[in-house]
Amino acid sequence: MIRERSIAIILLAAALAAVFALVLISYFIFQAGLPTLIKIGLPGFIFNTVWEPTAKVPSFGILPMLIGSLWLTFGSLVIGVPLGLAVTIFMIDLAPAALAALMKPAIQLLAGIPSVVYGFIGLTFLAPLVRRLLGGPGLSVLTAAIILGIMILPTIISISGDAVRAVPRSLRDGALALGATRWQMISQVVLPAARSGIIASIILGMGRALGETMAVIMMVGNSLNIPISPLDSATTLTSNIGLEMAYASGAHRDALFATGVILFLLIMLLNSITTAFVRRGTSRRTA
Amino acid sequence: MQSIKELTAAPSGKLTQRLVFTLIWAAALLALVVLILIVGILLVRGLPSVNLEFLTGVPEDLGRSGGILPTILGTVILGVVSLVIATPIGIGAALYLTEYTTENRLTRIVRFGADSLSGVPSIVFGLFGFIFFVTYLRMGWSILAGGLTLALMVLPTIIRTTEEAVLTVPQAYRDIGYSLGATRWEMVTTTVLPNALPGIVTGVILSFGRAVSETAAVIFTAGTALNLPDSIFSPVRTMAVHFYILAVEGISLEKAYATGAVLIITVLLINVLSNFVITRVLAGRMKGAK
Repeated sequence: MIRERSIAIILLAAALAAVFALVLISYFIFQAGLPTLIKIGLPGFIFNTVWEPTAKVPSFGILPMLIGSLWLTFGSLVIGVPLGLAVTIFMIDLAPAALAALMKPAIQLLAGIPSVVYGFIGLTFLAPLVRRLLGGPGLSVLTAAIILGIMILPTIISISGDAVRAVPRSLRDGALALGATRWQMISQVVLPAARSGIIASIILGMGRALGETMAVIMMVGNSLNIPISPLDSATTLTSNIGLEMAYASGAHRDALFATGVILFLLIMLLNSITTAFVRRGTSRRTA
Repeated sequence: MQSIKELTAAPSGKLTQRLVFTLIWAAALLALVVLILIVGILLVRGLPSVNLEFLTGVPEDLGRSGGILPTILGTVILGVVSLVIATPIGIGAALYLTEYTTENRLTRIVRFGADSLSGVPSIVFGLFGFIFFVTYLRMGWSILAGGLTLALMVLPTIIRTTEEAVLTVPQAYRDIGYSLGATRWEMVTTTVLPNALPGIVTGVILSFGRAVSETAAVIFTAGTALNLPDSIFSPVRTMAVHFYILAVEGISLEKAYATGAVLIITVLLINVLSNFVITRVLAGRMKGAK
């Protein structure tokens, strides 16, 4: 009995490890970043457009990166959401069995490709194409958003796919029996019924785009100017941390951790929203 | 409310459907083409430079010439270390969630923790690993610091895949175990785990893939050293980090393509392997059911 008891306790400890890790990560990121945030003040950090961390009188303003991150995140959603939902519908409702069977491992592979490989394709293939066809420096918001849109496809497809598959057969049959075309059934019955899961998939994709670092560094041009057009270079919260952590020290490094705090908070916010949507979706289904 | 008549009588319904379905087909084919393009570009431009010398040689002149052996070893060692740490914890957590408790406040907290952890961007893991393992615990840039950081990153994957695998084990198996007088732990080790093993293995393989692909978290915890490691406290450079540095610092495009090709082939193999485990097991289950 004592053996059984102690095993249960060890397993409980393992289960709590993930929670403990999350607490530890939060604690150390905040401990390193919060003092700077408090000293500068949240508005002074977020709404300041000047990032000169190594100047004699250093200035730590993350507005250019924040705007860059917003551009990229929304840009990637503009590309990734319609494409992802189309592929989801295709795999579940349209594809011939053989093609559907091919799509699944293909999407898995898309998810498994390292982000640096995506960044490299953006850097060596898409950026020159954008420069030649549309002008600008090539390494731009547009280039990065297109590749990021592709990178978030697997997230959107797998989560929204689960939701679409969970729509009861009877709803589909009911719509068809009423004389709806297949598209009317999909657009007016299936997608609305799967709404919670689809929104959750979009928010998760958003988090992925917001958090991506190395690929973005390779594609976005890393300019501290605030981007006006999609063809401009930019920088993001993540890419700036990734680039400057390598050599930063002192107040500069603290400011990067403060950027990390902002990023962490944004991601946790998105996670909480997702959890809320998923819970709402499941509770409604069981009700 | 739309009447049945309206729905069926509208000729535009069929026309819209034609148009939308064409677009959906185009989108799906586009996704496939993009995938083929990415893999194709790397293989076509990279494979010509990949040979035995490249795979077994040591990089020279920052990687401008020579091979990538230390980065291959670094990748494998880092992946193995992270899995040695994360696998027992992840399996333990999953067993607790599925076999030792029912849904309650605690399991919700654990699930929230695991879900949140899987949503934390890798750069934040990198920052954390750097300040906690590398600096605070004085591990320096090392296999250990990188392995521990990666272990935290893959933990949610291992928990989730193990949980899913354990849940597919039929309840009857458990009842038989208990009816033979097994304690809970005896039942779990003799019945649940062996039957869930393939699913668990798949999760471990996928997690190894994560270690192969990861850059942001690894570069700040395991370092970028090109030497062959001699202990768990040595820094290492993984293939993905090497690929990134070759490309971004413009060291050698040719070697970058070659390293990228090896990276892509590794990822392909990992995908094939994990799918193989799943399908073989499913086939086995079907046969068993007959």
